[in-house]
Amino acid sequence: MSMVPTLLSVEGLTKSYGGVHAVRGVSFDLRAGEILALIGPNGAGKSTCFDMLNGQNIPDSGGIRVLGEETTGRKPRVIWRMGVGRTFQITATFPTMTVRENVQVALVSYGRQLFNLWSSTARYAREEAGRLLDLVGMGAYAGRPCGELAYGDLKRLELAIALANQPRLLLMDEPTAGMAPRERIELMRLTARIAREQAIGVLFTEHDMDVVFEHADRILVLNRGTLIAEGSPEEVRGNAQVRAIYLGEGLVYDARHRDGAHA
Amino acid sequence: MRGYFAGAGLMVAVATVAGSAMAQSVIKIGEINSYSLLPAFTEPYRKGWQLAVEEINAAGGINGKKLVVISKDDGGKPADAQTAANELVSSENVAMLAGTFLSNIGLAVSDFANQKKVFFLAAEPLTDAITWSKGNRYTFRLRPSNYMQAAMLVEEAAKLPAKRWATIAPNYEYGQSAVSVFKKLMSEKRPDIQWVDEQWPPQGKIDAGPVVQAVAAANPEAILNVTFGADLVKLVREGNTRGLFKDRKVVSFLTGEPEYLDPLKDETPEGWIVTGYPWYSIKTPEHEAFLKAYQAKYNDYPRLGSIVGYQTIKSAAAILAKANSTDPEKLIAATEGLSVPSPFGEITFRKIDHQSTLGAFVGKTALKAGKGLMVDSVYRRGSDYLPSDAEIEKMRPKD
Amino acid sequence: MAFYVAQFLTGLASAASLFLVASGLSIIFGVTRIVNFAHGAFYMLGAYAAFTLTERFSGALGFWGGIVAAALIIAAVGVLVEMVLLRRIYHSPELFQLLATFGLTLMVEDVVVLIWGPDDLLGRRAPGFKGAVDFFGQSIPSYDLFLIVLGPVVLGVLWLLFQRTRWGILVRAATQDRDMVAALGVNQKWLFTSVFALGVFLAALGGALQIPRDAVNHAMDLRVIVEVFVVVVIGGLGSIIGAFVAAVLVSELNAFGILIFPKISIILVFLVMAVVLIVRPWGLFGRPEAPARRTPGLTVNPWRPLTTNERLVALAALAVAAALPLVAGNYVLTVGSEIAVFVIFAVSLHFLMSVGGLASFGHAAYFGLGAYGVAFLAKLAGLPTIVSLLLGPMLGLLGAAVFGFFAVQLSGVYFAMLTLAFAQIVWSIAFQWVSVTGGDNGILGVWPDKWAATPSHFYWLSLGVAALVVVILRVIVFSPFGFGLRATRDSPLRSEAIGINVKRIQWTAFVIAGTVAGLAGALFAYLKGSVFPDNMGISLSVDALVMVLLGGVETVSGPVIGAIVYKALNIWLVSQTDLSKLVLGAFVVLIVVAFPKGIVGTLEAIMQRGRKSASSASPLLTSRIETAE
Repeated sequence: MSMVPTLLSVEGLTKSYGGVHAVRGVSFDLRAGEILALIGPNGAGKSTCFDMLNGQNIPDSGGIRVLGEETTGRKPRVIWRMGVGRTFQITATFPTMTVRENVQVALVSYGRQLFNLWSSTARYAREEAGRLLDLVGMGAYAGRPCGELAYGDLKRLELAIALANQPRLLLMDEPTAGMAPRERIELMRLTARIAREQAIGVLFTEHDMDVVFEHADRILVLNRGTLIAEGSPEEVRGNAQVRAIYLGEGLVYDARHRDGAHA
Repeated sequence: MRGYFAGAGLMVAVATVAGSAMAQSVIKIGEINSYSLLPAFTEPYRKGWQLAVEEINAAGGINGKKLVVISKDDGGKPADAQTAANELVSSENVAMLAGTFLSNIGLAVSDFANQKKVFFLAAEPLTDAITWSKGNRYTFRLRPSNYMQAAMLVEEAAKLPAKRWATIAPNYEYGQSAVSVFKKLMSEKRPDIQWVDEQWPPQGKIDAGPVVQAVAAANPEAILNVTFGADLVKLVREGNTRGLFKDRKVVSFLTGEPEYLDPLKDETPEGWIVTGYPWYSIKTPEHEAFLKAYQAKYNDYPRLGSIVGYQTIKSAAAILAKANSTDPEKLIAATEGLSVPSPFGEITFRKIDHQSTLGAFVGKTALKAGKGLMVDSVYRRGSDYLPSDAEIEKMRPKD
Repeated sequence: MAFYVAQFLTGLASAASLFLVASGLSIIFGVTRIVNFAHGAFYMLGAYAAFTLTERFSGALGFWGGIVAAALIIAAVGVLVEMVLLRRIYHSPELFQLLATFGLTLMVEDVVVLIWGPDDLLGRRAPGFKGAVDFFGQSIPSYDLFLIVLGPVVLGVLWLLFQRTRWGILVRAATQDRDMVAALGVNQKWLFTSVFALGVFLAALGGALQIPRDAVNHAMDLRVIVEVFVVVVIGGLGSIIGAFVAAVLVSELNAFGILIFPKISIILVFLVMAVVLIVRPWGLFGRPEAPARRTPGLTVNPWRPLTTNERLVALAALAVAAALPLVAGNYVLTVGSEIAVFVIFAVSLHFLMSVGGLASFGHAAYFGLGAYGVAFLAKLAGLPTIVSLLLGPMLGLLGAAVFGFFAVQLSGVYFAMLTLAFAQIVWSIAFQWVSVTGGDNGILGVWPDKWAATPSHFYWLSLGVAALVVVILRVIVFSPFGFGLRATRDSPLRSEAIGINVKRIQWTAFVIAGTVAGLAGALFAYLKGSVFPDNMGISLSVDALVMVLLGGVETVSGPVIGAIVYKALNIWLVSQTDLSKLVLGAFVVLIVVAFPKGIVGTLEAIMQRGRKSASSASPLLTSRIETAE
């Protein structure tokens, strides 16, 4: 198993706003088929970290490599072309299209057909779109207007969109936020299954500790911008520092006060 | 609501309902103007032509046929004027087109007339292009042109001792060509004068304070003004307050026309040399007859537009009567060299450039009993203020 | 030196007048997000009302009382407008409020002439401020000094109002996040009404205070509205202090600019706006706006290509239209050609604003460039009609490529304003560069070659091109590119995250739309035989917006129907009555209130309801209507 390649390697990622470190010297690796959770109290720097990984934010220093290629400071769309799919904390889909069309647009982009002015999109990669929707259990909704979907279904649609470029790496920002508990488990099971089957590495942030400890292979714990723990769920659960900082009620508040503005 | 509906509207209804049987005994003129955009000028104009229609029909019409004027609004847009012209020609089968106020609309309709081979009598547009550089066989123009007004003013302006001149004109073709003609004619007569400043406020949007201040800073001895309407009011108010006109001579296009002079009320600046229409002091029998009829019908005094509207239809009727046909070629032949009476005396439509010799009054502004007036005014015949035939032939395209 | 100080003060006085009106517009936009086109109309009404009151009541009290009373009366009119009209359409698609207030403006222009007559009215001078103050040999009108003081005073009062009162704090909160204020349990309706009243009061006061300087007339509204928009945008939407600074900036640049370039006034504000927006996309004091949340639910029905039956219907309609020359005369055919040209123009704007979500306020620029392109080629180069028709629109393409590059860097109202600025710049070039463009006298004699010269032939040509353009643009809408474009409209964030180069897609769409508009302009030049600067003027841009909104901004076929209905109605009204603006304005307002989805959108909704009720009622559509309240 030592042949499993490193998908993502992050080294010394640092970002500060007005002298306050939002993220400081964060380094970690992610391997194919691995599901890695990034957790931490509010304001710990998760979002900043995430935005730097997907290209929406430029780090002050440090490096990010995807499949050995430098992505630091590149635009989100370029990073996507390198095989990184992503989902958003608040779903971002195309409400005026059908469910299938949502996936087809992503496929169009992946197939570099965006400046094709002439052929019919309706027929473009219809089967592929259907296959992706089936994969996330949305096949039956393919013809439905996206604007009519329930929130949980939107999340699954987003997953299908994120899979359109046959990603090697999936970045999921709070994938289960706003969902009912039963839906959360279903979505994460689905994600895990797809990741294992297709050897996709998944990095996700999450507030729900049940989801994290149930599904993550490995967990990174961030506090005040620094990585304070890293390891299997068991290791992290047993880490005294994590318990003190993250799970201890009082300190959570403290952290919120300090860094809340940068969350 | 307005006479228009009762008049033209009814005529349209009558003309369409009665159909072909009536067509034999009716002659139709299609009239276009910027009624909705420039009501202040086109209302008196409309009253003028309506009076003319009434007089003509009361006197037995045109060779026994009743004259009907079908009037359209162009909203101030050349493109809409062409649509209206097309409707008048294609659907209403008018014998000729007449009217228009703005220069660009006059040119648009003139070009339409040329293309569709329709006779067009331009009423008010001032641009020299309509009879000269863009003149065409089918277009005649009634009102004294920009050049003629400039020449009349230059005659007076050249007598002034002033050597340092500044100009204020709206920044569009009318203002630009008024200034350039004035400068050219003036420099010919007075090589010694200097042009020390020019201001080009956007038409209708003058920021009068800075303009007045800037002109004053150049310290001219005399000023040429071409602004009119609301711009003129603002300019005069700012100029009066800031003392711009004190001890300076001002020469101003059109300001003596009641349309522009009356709104100035008690703020009318005194002693400006202007072209215009002092209806209150013209004592010729032709004008008194017109004035009496106009005041009797409308209980209002005439503006220059009233004269233009009245004379446009009077001239058109004379042309139709002489041609005794609606064939455009015969209308052109009848118009070239035609002399017709007008409230300002007899005028002639010149063969060489299709310009009428209608003139204008040149005088000085004065303030009496809180109202602006033109005093010392003299009628200048149009025929005396036109360039030589050779010059015109150079400018005007061959038919 | 004294002269420069005097000129500076004069500029400040101009700035004060501008600021009063602009601050009202900014406040209204900040809270209600309404682009209040009628702001100029309220300004004008304020001037007219003040004229009447100050003529009736003499003395200083009569004058100043009349000014304030006029502003209050017009503010009350504003409240009425807000309650009767705007409240019904807050939840309509973006820009519908613009359409409604535009309709209102048209109506007011005719109404003031009916009430106050056509003549320019000269108001009284302000008692106590009739003369001028001598300043080292320079005369400065004392009324200017009054205005210079008044501007900052109003700014201060507004500042206190917004900082120190509960109402003001709510307004500021609403400016930042409307939904949050609703969540706080504030009566949003009355907050909006009171804000609108304040904005209108300021506009009317601005108008009323002009009577000692200006002539009150029925074109005052258009003179001020565009300039005020520009000032608000330069300052940053919703920012009062921004409006003040921008007003001073624009006025001073004008006051000193004319000393060096006397012809600069006509273009200056637009140049300043273009530069500011390129450098600071949200204006001097504006904040980047969160991506607009699309009104939920309005677009639940995804677009789809026409079914076979619908295609047959469209073909049949085209066949009927093509048979028109068999029965109709020259006039009807020429009107038909004009309508066909405007169908092309409207679908080009629709492509940009409905498909691409980029509402351009200056689309006429490309129409006009196409027209001038043809005029240059036909008149100067003497090229045959068919060649000019094909090459002329390239000028539109070129303009769209250059301006579009900058414009698509922005979004929302700022995009609209930058496109407006570019259009005004192009317009003033056409207007001023007399030696090349003929200025406002235009270029004449651009008539087509013989084969296209007869009305029926030209009609067929226009109809054919229109049909072709409609088909091509429809194909593009459903092509991969079209989907990519709609993706950028629906969610720029998601688009970027699936590898779409949002700006490049939008730029391409801008160029396509500009080229098609140029084609419309090219045909128009030949139809009219001439081109004029107003072929690229604001009113033509607004016409196109109205056509798209009228047809239904969220439909694919809307602009075709919208253009036909609007243009036909417009031509007919102008031909039938001098009060075309009043009737047309009323019609527009009626459409907006009664059919906020536009003509086609309403028809689709009716058909949808029929279809749904056959199977099962759609809870979504009905619930949407309820939540809209």
